[in-house]
Amino acid sequence: MTGINDNLVEARGLTFQFGSRVIFDGIDLDLQRGKVTAIMGPSGTGKTTLLRLIGGQIRPTAGTIHVDGQEVPRLSRRDLFELRKRMGMLFQSGALLTDLSVFDNVAFPLREHTGLPETMVRDLVLMKLEAVGLRGAQRLMPSELSGGMARRVALARAIALDPMMIMYDEPFTGQDPISMGVLVKLIRDLNEVLGLTSIIVSHDVAEASQIADYIYVLSQGIVVGQGTPAELHDSDSEWVRQFMQGTPDGPVPFHYPAEDYAAELLSREDGR
Amino acid sequence: MNAFQQLGHNALTMFQRLGRANLFLLAVLAGVPSLVMRLRLLIQQLYSVGVLSLVIIVVAGFFVGMVLGLQGYNILVDFGSEQSLGMMVALSLVRELGPVFSALLFAGRAGSALTAEIGLMKATEQLSGMEMMAVDPLKRVVAPRFVAGVLSMPLLAAIFSAVGVMGGYFVGVGLLGVDEGAFWSQMRSNVDFHDDIMNGVIKSVVFGTVVTWIAVFEGYDAVPTSEGVSRATTRTVIYSSLAVLGLNFILTALMFGEE
Repeated sequence: MTGINDNLVEARGLTFQFGSRVIFDGIDLDLQRGKVTAIMGPSGTGKTTLLRLIGGQIRPTAGTIHVDGQEVPRLSRRDLFELRKRMGMLFQSGALLTDLSVFDNVAFPLREHTGLPETMVRDLVLMKLEAVGLRGAQRLMPSELSGGMARRVALARAIALDPMMIMYDEPFTGQDPISMGVLVKLIRDLNEVLGLTSIIVSHDVAEASQIADYIYVLSQGIVVGQGTPAELHDSDSEWVRQFMQGTPDGPVPFHYPAEDYAAELLSREDGR
Repeated sequence: MNAFQQLGHNALTMFQRLGRANLFLLAVLAGVPSLVMRLRLLIQQLYSVGVLSLVIIVVAGFFVGMVLGLQGYNILVDFGSEQSLGMMVALSLVRELGPVFSALLFAGRAGSALTAEIGLMKATEQLSGMEMMAVDPLKRVVAPRFVAGVLSMPLLAAIFSAVGVMGGYFVGVGLLGVDEGAFWSQMRSNVDFHDDIMNGVIKSVVFGTVVTWIAVFEGYDAVPTSEGVSRATTRTVIYSSLAVLGLNFILTALMFGEE
């Protein structure tokens, strides 16, 4: 069933519980090869957890996840590591190794996994850094980089082993408009040029809609909407419309559930 | 009833952590052989764990030795046996104070640094990032630090004892006028290589293993926030100090209890 069709990642009935909290309740996802798919939803819907499930860092409570035809939760550690060499992941913080320079960070996966001679490692690192426009920053330490630069270096590191897919965890959060523009362009371009499959987890509607081919909207553990950005923008679902258009009140109320306002104000003295 | 529940809960949590710590140690030990391929990492860690602890060990050793010389002289001189000062200083250092003191200092200097470093790597997703790059952080990060700690500790304890003897010599012979020949010859004839020095080395190997184990585990198991890392660092110092003192009593009883 899997492997023959065009989906690089397939989840069926994916359920994940953390303690007694249900994070995902039987979701189905199909992420097509060569496309940019965005997973969106309000904060705290477990979007990052989804990436960890795909990367095999945690196991689902129930359901299956296939990546490139392999069932991730059932893989042995060795096979999982083999699979991960073909997956890149861009963490929100960049997750650069703070004791290594920019150059050594990008060289890290190459040195760990390929055994290539150092001259070739150098050429590859320079090519990857050139692709993200930071060849000039190769000697800097991670502490000397701005947030946007750190993410670009992390991106260069993620593509160092020429993976088949890249997962982006909130790539746009906390970026100034220029870095944001750079990242949007980079993600789209890399996807085209390297023939990658990209998964973006984000709650930045505008940016994600700009580059995604397909969007899943998650809330409270289920898929509440899916489709192309245009389809979702005019969704029938009031909830999805509220999320995509960012209106403050709607199916998701502005107020956190509370007792009656007037009653609480009047009861102030008894409450003490 | 609630206090009872709390007690049970705490006990369960403690045993869970203990179990995790043991599994963690096994996993780290399994990663140790692969260090042969990464000697550079080990050397880096030997430097930051061992060499950087040298200053505090040398300074503390000298002061402890000087105090031993002073107090030893004051006690021994009443019995007219101040010539035995060298033996007394050397035995106290080699058997007890060298391994224990240097392990306590090691816990404060290197142990807390290891916990903070690994904890911060966890908090900043560096460990997760490595895993996603198919690199096992237990092998790449923890194993070299663990081995460096285990190897450094006996050396640091030996240096502590040696410097301490110099401190005792400085005060006893240099300032208080104990006969130099008696100082050294009493030491040579009464300190036994096997019974005293080797037992001291065994102690420091045990302490080094336990302190480093606690330090790397606390870092790896830390709650990945700044508060969690600071708590883990504190716990490292407390647990490893208590473990060293407790184990020292047991080891001393086993080694010297029958004499």
